[in-house]
Amino acid sequence: MFVQILFYAFSAVLIAAALGVILSRNPVHSALALVLAFFTSAALWLLIEVEFLAIVLVLVYVGAVMVLFLFVVMMLDINVEGLRSGFTRYAWLGALTALVVIVQMVSVYWVKGLGIDATQGAPPLPADYSNTRALGEVLYTQYVYPFELAAMLLLVAIVAAIALTMRRRPGLKAQDVAKQVAVRREDRVRIVKDVDAGGTGPGAGGGTGEGGAR
Amino acid sequence: MDHHVTLASLAPALPEIWLATAACVVLLVEAFAGAAARRIIPTLTLALLGLGAAATLAWAQVEAPTVLFSGMYLADPLGTVLKLLSFLFVAVALLYSRPSLEARGLLKGEYYVLVLTALLGICVLVSAGSLLSIYIGVELLALSLYALVAFDRESGVAAESAMKYFVLGAIASGCLLYGMSLVYGLTGTLLLSEIATALQGEPSLGVIMGIVFLVVGIAFKFGAVPFHMWVPDVYHGAPSPVTLFVATAPKIASFALAYRLLADGLGGVTPAWSQMIAIVAVLSALVGNLVAIAQTNLKRMLAYSAIGNVGFILLGFVAGTERGYEAALYYTIVYVLMALGSFGVLVLASRRGFEADELDHYKGLHARDPLLAVLMMVMMFSTAGIPPFVGFWAKLQVFEALWASGHLPLVVFGAAVSVIGVFYYLRVVKLMYFDAPGDLPVPERHTGVRLTLALNAVAVVALGLFPQALLELCQRVIG
Repeated sequence: MFVQILFYAFSAVLIAAALGVILSRNPVHSALALVLAFFTSAALWLLIEVEFLAIVLVLVYVGAVMVLFLFVVMMLDINVEGLRSGFTRYAWLGALTALVVIVQMVSVYWVKGLGIDATQGAPPLPADYSNTRALGEVLYTQYVYPFELAAMLLLVAIVAAIALTMRRRPGLKAQDVAKQVAVRREDRVRIVKDVDAGGTGPGAGGGTGEGGAR
Repeated sequence: MDHHVTLASLAPALPEIWLATAACVVLLVEAFAGAAARRIIPTLTLALLGLGAAATLAWAQVEAPTVLFSGMYLADPLGTVLKLLSFLFVAVALLYSRPSLEARGLLKGEYYVLVLTALLGICVLVSAGSLLSIYIGVELLALSLYALVAFDRESGVAAESAMKYFVLGAIASGCLLYGMSLVYGLTGTLLLSEIATALQGEPSLGVIMGIVFLVVGIAFKFGAVPFHMWVPDVYHGAPSPVTLFVATAPKIASFALAYRLLADGLGGVTPAWSQMIAIVAVLSALVGNLVAIAQTNLKRMLAYSAIGNVGFILLGFVAGTERGYEAALYYTIVYVLMALGSFGVLVLASRRGFEADELDHYKGLHARDPLLAVLMMVMMFSTAGIPPFVGFWAKLQVFEALWASGHLPLVVFGAAVSVIGVFYYLRVVKLMYFDAPGDLPVPERHTGVRLTLALNAVAVVALGLFPQALLELCQRVIG
């Protein structure tokens, strides 16, 4: 009973958040609503005892992907009016697509010929069962080959992205930490002998305040 | 399930492991070595490819089909032969393209890393034992190719063609995945061997739906009509050395994709897909050969020629027999050999600041560079299917396989489009030998590369005079 209340509560928040994503006029609000949607879906996943996926959803999507989204949304100057301008012209197409999707969903519900009874849910697992371990066991034994290849795929993506976008522009005012650390005093400080001893000499050049001490 | 993996039991997967390591080594050299050490990367890559091929020959050969990684990986004699050939073709392509890369300022370590990962994708596809490994192989190859096509950042045309390739390729991958998910849903397994036992006799409507999407994916990766739109644009827009690469070794991957999916996985329901493949093959052979006539750009002409030749490869699959697969394999190998030669000439005929990609740029090539003209002539005659060159035997094999499986109309059709094709191949020869050179530049002479190109042409002639060895090899590995 308690689980059911939780399920409906989280579902309601999820639907509200999802509506917020598409209805909000401000793209930053949309992105934040999406974060909320991810959190509530993670909670729903916890209810069906898939802890690992729930945690990964929060860590990866909320922690990494959405932060990136927010950055992009804030950086870009999106012309919201321009994006909305074709709405009435294409509304009939959207309505038609929505209708088709609704008919499909209803027909699946009515036919139920798939032979899968999804209303029962999986039987509860013992308390010491860890689905992180279960996932890890198949991932590193049965699926180790595609898993390693997926790593190569990511490497290709990194190499390709860098090769296609990184360019060395001259005159860029970037920090070179190694150079900063390796700098010696002689590179920065010019020591000027004070010719006019005792007088109010010109002191050191470069404004370091060190020259002229002798 | 066998969970006891020893190092020795992984020996059949040596080519893939080697390539993945090689790509990382080249990447590390590029990232950390000094400017002087970086200049050895092209040589280093060739050496790594040579060593990899030698190691494959020595340790990774298998007598009978062997499965590894819970069936995800299938090592068989066909796989070994295709991998060794891919190693060879990629090495030759790299050798041909080096002067041109240097002239364009594209000679960077990343280029070689991406070529190695593309080759890794080809090998994964060749040895795929499950739908999952097929998909990952396809993506590994495709992602590397997208990046290679866009590699010349200064060129707007290259960026445009890479974008087209990327978007269309993503749609094709989606189709392939959709087909795979349907087949998986209806058979309950990702392993091709289990799919083959599950799908026998009359397939259900859902399976046929899945097959439709799989065929779309295969046809796209091959560049067969009506999914050929990317081929001319990519061949034309990519820098010539990249075109040389895209046009050669990935065709072997396409063959492997088609063979693993259609023959290994869906061999029990041949009638369900052979009709679809027949339509695609006939359209490709027809459109490729007809549209090639109208081209004024050699790269585009060769692109349409590739589409036409893919039609012939697919005609081998239409037969649906071992004889047909042998013919398709033989045709693929021979076609890649000829494509290497013709694109090699195209790359070598260019020089710094002059891109020899229009047909008119080949006017009087004989007067400017007799060797290149002879090599191009050999390639054109062979691709047209004129005896005694090897291209003739390739076409003959496909026709024989179709004849033996009772597809007489397709044989007549194939012969007819071959005759159409002769026209545009011979036009190149006419331009080179009978037209005045005008003030076109003389190609640069790179002795080593020209020697390899000459060997390539010798191979085309020798395999044409003595076709038996390669034919027997194809029969042995398919049977």
